[in-house]
Amino acid sequence: MMGYLRSDGRKGIRNVVAVAYLVECAHHVAREVASGHPETHLIGFPGCFPNVYAQNMMERLCTHPNVGGVILVSLGCESFDRHRLAETIRESGRPVETLVIQRDGGTRATIEAGRAAAQRLRDDIADVPRVEMSVSDLVIGTVCGGSDGTSGITGNPAVGRAFDMAVEAGATCIFEETGELIGCEDIMTARAATPELGREIRASVEKAARYYATLGFGSFAAGNAEGGLTTIEEKSLGAYAKSGQSQISGLIKPGDIPPRGGLYLMDVVPDGEVRFGFPNISDNAEIVEMMASGAHMTLFVTGRGSVVGSALAPVIKIAANPHMYERLKDDMDVNAGRILSEGASVEEVGAEIFELLARVAEGEITKSEDLGHTEFILTYKSFEPIGPACLPV
Amino acid sequence: MDERLLLLAPGDNVLVLRGALEAGDTVALEEGRATVETRLGLGHKIARRAIPEGGRIVKYGAPIGTATEAIAPGAHVHVHNVKSEYTPTYALASSEEVPT
Repeated sequence: MMGYLRSDGRKGIRNVVAVAYLVECAHHVAREVASGHPETHLIGFPGCFPNVYAQNMMERLCTHPNVGGVILVSLGCESFDRHRLAETIRESGRPVETLVIQRDGGTRATIEAGRAAAQRLRDDIADVPRVEMSVSDLVIGTVCGGSDGTSGITGNPAVGRAFDMAVEAGATCIFEETGELIGCEDIMTARAATPELGREIRASVEKAARYYATLGFGSFAAGNAEGGLTTIEEKSLGAYAKSGQSQISGLIKPGDIPPRGGLYLMDVVPDGEVRFGFPNISDNAEIVEMMASGAHMTLFVTGRGSVVGSALAPVIKIAANPHMYERLKDDMDVNAGRILSEGASVEEVGAEIFELLARVAEGEITKSEDLGHTEFILTYKSFEPIGPACLPV
Repeated sequence: MDERLLLLAPGDNVLVLRGALEAGDTVALEEGRATVETRLGLGHKIARRAIPEGGRIVKYGAPIGTATEAIAPGAHVHVHNVKSEYTPTYALASSEEVPT
């Protein structure tokens, strides 16, 4: 497979222009700038108050390996540090242009200037060098969304198998949502590369349990219950199967780049007192955080039938429920439900997912990409840096 | 073992439905037959054997909650008779708009 070489040595599997609004007030202008070009993706942060996490996330996302160039769209008076963000992007070797609506003449003039800038960037990045790339260069994330009683039996174990194959081939794999690993502390701790890392993993899940207990709701939607899931522990055990059987090499937080291949758990629950509400208000927030840690693509398992994709990095949709697959076939890349309906093995579907992710890395378009899904959401959070035991050498 | 039911781990006291069961269907359990009282969708659970009030519900070989009442063999095991040991489950009154 061939990748787009970036100056930090990382390789991208897509070459998109990101248009980033830096406050909700600039969202419309940014959307108009991005619209009409499938390889120009809209991302952004809606808040007007400053937030270290959001700044860090936007810096990571704008320098993601799949991003070739960036247009920043500012209203002008928001707190987001656009100068620092632009500088980070420039230092990464990517072209960046900043539009400021209050400076550049309002909505119409800024949209026009932005569209011209986007065209310049698309032309500019068209000749980014392509280099040989392999599975060992890939960072792969996984989430499950719209889970039901089939997710933990079909799609999640099949992704776990694909993760085992990818880790074996040298790739970096990330699983996350510690709020959906509640009840799995003991088994996960035993898989940690060192006892100290095991303690950090346990602490991250205990933090998640405390956080959700304060909020009064688990990471559990009404549709989960309708699909046969009864408790957060049950949902967690099913979700946990996505991690496969590999040793857990480290614990990272959103935006931390894993230092080498292996399996990593991402701690997504904020540190400190409960401050900004639910850790991740919907599935795309989780995808965004794994992208900030470099994920080239996401394996998304769904039982009830989520249809989302993502800006910047392709999403591979894996249907866990065979009946849902029949209804939502156009949205699904893989039918893991055939483990139930046709007696296919987890091994076989896992291998199918592994082969597909290699083809997607080579440029094959996923269903959600083809349908134009480029969802993106980023909200307020606060984190302490990870401790030294989280990434054992 | 009834082919419509899935035992995920040897120590489990629930069985997972491989497809929907209709009210009145009977299922074969190790300790005899049981009749399904209401329609149950794919992925739902029934009791493999009698579970006492306060007993642990075990799936994937791990505890997933506690029985809030005595559960008879073959009975639906779900939010009406199980509670989480962590956070309560939020569920809407079932609309069944999406078939399972």
